[in-house]
Amino acid sequence: MATAIEVSNISKQFVLRHTRSLKEALVWLLRGRKGDLSQKFYALNDVSLTVEQGESVALLGFNGSGKSTLLKHISGVMTPDSGSVLTRGRVAGLIEVGAGFHHDLTGRDNVYLNGAILGMSEQQIKERFDSIVEFSEIGEFIDTEVKFYSSGMYLRLAFSVAVHTDPEVFLVDEILAVGDEPFQRKCIAKIKELAAEGKTLVVVSHDLNLIPEICERGVLLEKGRVAFDGRVEEAIHMLRAERS
Amino acid sequence: MSTSQQLVRPGVGSGLADTIRARFLLKLLVRKELKVRYRGSVLGLLWSYVKPGVQFIVFYLALGVFLGLNKGTENYAVYLFSGIILINFFTEALGNAARSIVGNGSLIKKIYLPRELFPVASVWVSGVHFFPQLLVLIVACVFSGWHPSLLQLAAAVAGFVVVALLATGLGLFFGAVNVYFRDFENIVDLLLMVVTWASPVLYVWTMVRNTLGAGFFAVYQANPITIAVEIFHYAFWYPTTSGTAELPPQLMTLWLPVGLVVSLIVTVIGQFTFRRLEGRFAQEL
Ligand SMILES: Nc1ncnc2c1ncn2[C@@H]1O[C@H](COP(=O)(O)OP(=O)(O)O)[C@@H](O)[C@H]1O
Ligand SMILES: [Mg+2]
Repeated sequence: MATAIEVSNISKQFVLRHTRSLKEALVWLLRGRKGDLSQKFYALNDVSLTVEQGESVALLGFNGSGKSTLLKHISGVMTPDSGSVLTRGRVAGLIEVGAGFHHDLTGRDNVYLNGAILGMSEQQIKERFDSIVEFSEIGEFIDTEVKFYSSGMYLRLAFSVAVHTDPEVFLVDEILAVGDEPFQRKCIAKIKELAAEGKTLVVVSHDLNLIPEICERGVLLEKGRVAFDGRVEEAIHMLRAERS
Repeated sequence: MSTSQQLVRPGVGSGLADTIRARFLLKLLVRKELKVRYRGSVLGLLWSYVKPGVQFIVFYLALGVFLGLNKGTENYAVYLFSGIILINFFTEALGNAARSIVGNGSLIKKIYLPRELFPVASVWVSGVHFFPQLLVLIVACVFSGWHPSLLQLAAAVAGFVVVALLATGLGLFFGAVNVYFRDFENIVDLLLMVVTWASPVLYVWTMVRNTLGAGFFAVYQANPITIAVEIFHYAFWYPTTSGTAELPPQLMTLWLPVGLVVSLIVTVIGQFTFRRLEGRFAQEL
């Protein structure tokens, strides 16, 4: 099996800047650059991670440990300050379902728009359209404007589009808690199915009971550093130990 | 599982070329803008025909007939309108393109897609709104006895391209810098306010030549918008007149190429700036 994701020694610093105005920046310059206009901190610090094709990896860590930031580097939304990220094949982020949805458009228009945003061609969307609607259980509401949907319906449609993009690598960030109970189970079943099909998955979830069902390998992040990389049960054990 | 694919760096686009590769998405983004704008209105896109139609009739009566500007400039309403629709296009395109990255921030910081799509889509949307205005202009021209040559029609297309390129280049530039300092929105608004007066839209170019002198006039004339407006006069207004008006010398042989080159340079600078800044869009938005 070939490598699907190769993250080598990446670091990312964020600036805690409070201003978006030229005036404040000028005042700061004139006052002799006093204060904390550019206080920085490491969101990712020398992180390396190699994922083989077909592997399912869980990213674990407390809030603010850098899990979402790492996923954004793998999807290409962010670029690292140093180090490099390489991926093979199409990467799709289920990072925040419905990010490309527009409230004033119908479900149908949103399927096309969001599908294209996630990298599907016109032909692919046409072919998969019925399957997308069926999986979402939206039914006749597909031609209703999305703003009239309940939040559950909205998430179901968004999730359905995302899983139909059929990429090689799936990045899943805390979306397994979407919708109501039955649909959640359906989503989880779909994710497991993708894993069984040999898709590469990187999963972030707070549901520590669910994680071992999907992933065998766990990577524990602590303040932007990899603290552990190995069997998922062990990673979860370490996380629980820290928490208490 | 295909292992034939290469390992690549994610999130590295190829600039404006990506908007051609992703033209289906571009089309959907443009359509979304149009749908959202006319949602809930019965007449829909028809409104964009009614508005310029009424605008033209007002110009014709108030400025041409009542104020008597027809006496100074033959068919003044046609003269004015042919410049104004170009300015409308530029103003709308640049204004929206400059806001497009910040406006689509919630998407840009979650999903990777070629970000040039947003300013380019803004220019396309304005192009769609330009069309009904052009149609109103053509109807007005025909009623005024328009008899254009093929060269004049081709010139009009070239003039439009000059303005579209300029709007794209400036839109890329301001769209990108606006992410870092929101002040640039106001700078663009200022710029757009000046644009109407920096070209011979409401007045005639000879007034500028007579006041400025040759040196400054060359600078005035190098503005791609000025060139495009004069070309529109040449294509739409001039063929409705008796042909006694003085046209800017070397408009087609010298100034049109100048306009194209200036717009192209602006596009290259805009693209370059955009590429330099886009790596940090997701964290700054
Ligand atoms: N765009 C940004 N600008 C500045 N700080 C950020 C930005 N995005 C995330 N952060 C900070 O980086 C740290 C890591 O965030 P994140 O990756 O979202 O953590 P997690 O997903 O593990 O909860 C947090 O302290 C967060 O506040
Ligand atoms: Mg997170």
